Amino acid sequence: MTALLDAVGMTKRFDGILALDEVPLSVDEGERVGLIGPNGAGKSTLFDCLTGRLAPDSGRVTFRGSPLDGRSGTARARLGLARTFQRVELFAGMTVTDHLLVALQARSGRASLWRDLLGRGRPTPEERSRASEIVSLLGLTAEADRPVESLTLGHARLVELGRALACEPALLFLDEPSSGLDRSEADAMATVLERVCAESGMAILLIEHDVPLVRRLVTRLYVLDAGRLVAEGPTEEVLATPAVRTAYLGTDVLDAVTDAGHAETGDGAVGADDAGVTEVPS
Amino acid sequence: MSDVLDYAIRGVPIGCVFALLAVGLVLTYRTSGVFNLAFAAQAYTSAAVFYVVRHDHRWPLLPAAVLAVGLVAPALGLLLERGIFRHLRGAPPVARTVTSLGLLVAIPEVVKLWIGDSPQKNPPPLWPVTRTDEWLWPRQGARYVLDAGQVVTLLATVLVVAALTALLRRSAIGLRMRAVVESARMTQLAGVDADRVSAVAWILSSLLAGLTGVLLAPLFAELLPLHFFTLLVAALAACVAGRLVSIPLAVAGGIGLGVAQAVFAGLLPTDSVLATGLRPALPFVVLFLALLLRPPRLGDKVETDPLAGVDPPPPAPATVAGSRGLTVASRVGGVAAVVVGLLLGLFVLDDFWLQLVVSGVVLGVILLSFTVLTGMGGMVSLCQATFAAIGAFTTARVVDTSGAPVLVAMLAGTVLAAAIGGLLAVPLLRLDGIYLTLATLAFALMFQNVLVPLDWVSGGSVPLDVPRPLLGGIDLADDHAFFVFAVLCLALVGWVVLRLRDATTGRFLDAVRGSEDAAISVGISPLRQRVVAFALAAGIAGFGGGLLASWNESANYAQSFDFFYGLVWVVLVVTMGARSIQAAVFGGLTFFLFPQLLQRLPLLPTDWATGLSVALFGLGALTYARHPEGIIEANAARVVARFSREPAA
Repeated sequence: MTALLDAVGMTKRFDGILALDEVPLSVDEGERVGLIGPNGAGKSTLFDCLTGRLAPDSGRVTFRGSPLDGRSGTARARLGLARTFQRVELFAGMTVTDHLLVALQARSGRASLWRDLLGRGRPTPEERSRASEIVSLLGLTAEADRPVESLTLGHARLVELGRALACEPALLFLDEPSSGLDRSEADAMATVLERVCAESGMAILLIEHDVPLVRRLVTRLYVLDAGRLVAEGPTEEVLATPAVRTAYLGTDVLDAVTDAGHAETGDGAVGADDAGVTEVPS
Repeated sequence: MSDVLDYAIRGVPIGCVFALLAVGLVLTYRTSGVFNLAFAAQAYTSAAVFYVVRHDHRWPLLPAAVLAVGLVAPALGLLLERGIFRHLRGAPPVARTVTSLGLLVAIPEVVKLWIGDSPQKNPPPLWPVTRTDEWLWPRQGARYVLDAGQVVTLLATVLVVAALTALLRRSAIGLRMRAVVESARMTQLAGVDADRVSAVAWILSSLLAGLTGVLLAPLFAELLPLHFFTLLVAALAACVAGRLVSIPLAVAGGIGLGVAQAVFAGLLPTDSVLATGLRPALPFVVLFLALLLRPPRLGDKVETDPLAGVDPPPPAPATVAGSRGLTVASRVGGVAAVVVGLLLGLFVLDDFWLQLVVSGVVLGVILLSFTVLTGMGGMVSLCQATFAAIGAFTTARVVDTSGAPVLVAMLAGTVLAAAIGGLLAVPLLRLDGIYLTLATLAFALMFQNVLVPLDWVSGGSVPLDVPRPLLGGIDLADDHAFFVFAVLCLALVGWVVLRLRDATTGRFLDAVRGSEDAAISVGISPLRQRVVAFALAAGIAGFGGGLLASWNESANYAQSFDFFYGLVWVVLVVTMGARSIQAAVFGGLTFFLFPQLLQRLPLLPTDWATGLSVALFGLGALTYARHPEGIIEANAARVVARFSREPAA
């Protein structure tokens, strides 16, 4: 069976800096894959090369067995690659519903000047009901007719997600979808993603720093560091690798979680302070 | 070979003039983010002041030069920076472009009102002798001779470039300027007053503009704003050669252009098509080619400030949400206005006013092309008058050669204009914002200078005749009949635009304007959408041009389609409201009726009417930054809001 998306040897240089060095990546139909690594590791650059926003210096990408190399971002989007952006990209001045309608109409691929002139360029009732379905799936019903400028960052990320989902992609690229979201918003987003994946068989490629979200959503993980692939495998195994922990997760995330018990019981100073605090009122 | 060198040396002084203005443009662009097209107008202003005091009032050279270059020019620059551009720092690039365009249109008109209508012959030079060939250098009989004017120009350029380099490299303000160039935000956070730095940059660059104005003026027999537009294009070409950022490259580009122009002039046989056509057009050709061959890379966007993303996004322009009352009101009002207008035109207006109203209605058709291009596509094109002219010339030619009905010829003009627009769009649309605008300006001037003088295009000195259409037995030679026909055409084109605006064409363009990356991510092709918009707008302008030619019964370029009208039309439509149909209609009527109304105002000198109205049209563009939806909608929204509030109160 061929993979849904298969990339080999992805290489990209920016003015002499090697942003991606021979990175391979593959995603199967319906698979949920994570992409982690420190800031500047080349994750977003890899996204840009795969979705056609940037042209890689070398490397080949196939989608369902047919090559994508040299095809525009627009063409790739029509084939079934959808994405969100690290810095939210919305259509300024449009309402939430309009965002979804534009995506739905663009997906149909039938838009043309002549259809517009014949009065058939407006959203169909099916497209409207599909848009309101997505709006309620995302829990944005109250915001449906508001221009996107008035939304909070969390809601704006949801609109971006909704717009991508409206394209009914075979593979959804998510670039740090939870940044700027609080815990409950991130969990709500994960729930939406799980539901869509279960219903439509959509595959996901996820860039994310939030480890609980990564653990919950993806089954397989790629780790990038300084443009190179440093680890790849099932999520939990990769997260447990010492190399990954030092290269990326290091002291910030995993240590804080797993070493928390150590710090409290092993460090006498903490206990002493606690004792001091309890002493004050008495 | 030595001939070439000889010609090349003669080209250096004029190249220096180009270079000086280019340096001013780069300086302002880098320190305040404004690509100030109005520098041409500022150069003209200083030249005019110098002319008046030196020529009319017989001032000695030094005080005249100090006043024109040292006082008026920087003061005007400071005024523009303080009063206008400082407040536009956070505004979208389109707003800054439109504002500087408005000033480019308005300032020369204001100056002309001041200096009067009589032609300013033989502008005085910025050197002591009255005849330019008296002071030769190195001396008479030498192989390479430079006259006094050229020597002064060379000296001024060397001085200015040296002084600027020293200022930027050595002084505290220079250091701050370079810092502001890197990041205005970061510089401000470091405790530097970026406003002051930008004011200094404006003073300096306006001084340069004034200097170029005074240096350039004596090269022509008469002081005309057009010469300064040409200078602007040459300076733009020089800037683009330096990617808008490098002062040394801009200087080199300017001098190179001057040399190339002189070499062309010297080597080409004087009577060939190349010499008469290409030579004056060289700056435009160079600008055009420079834009196409050295297109700004993806990373060369206007926002290079590393802190650009930290501010909250600017407030949304007019949004559709919550304006349903407004939509209904404008639809009802629109139909009522058409009915009343038709009745007025047919039964009340006398011939004089009817003429103006019909002209306005026909112009409204042309202006609808801006509704598509600027309103829907967010692109500022300065060559819509050119497309209108293409439509008009084609109509005239087709009728003339094939004897086809006028309507058929007009459709041919529409198709040809749309095709040229589409073809032009493909290379141009890789350019972004200001570059696109510059390229359309170059195209418009190239058309005017190279093609319009040709016999087979415009008929040469005698404008081509265009008959009125004969429609199903109704002869539209009757003005009343043509009036109804024009209104129907306007309604048809307006309907088409409205239909497209609310369907996928318009929505996809909105999406591309909102975020190109996001539009691509849902499967919209920005290039295709823009090419369609460009071709459509060109077609509409071409149709309107044919209609205007038929109404005037001649395709008269100078009277109807001069590139300057293209500038005035842009600012007029954008001021009224780039997205709305009624703004285009109202803009067309205003263009013809407003000067006549001004003329009938008491207390106002009657010969002021035309100039003052153009000046006011230009100054109207200053409202754009505040009301991007246009003054019509802004005021209508106020009225609707008042009506809908009253029942509750």
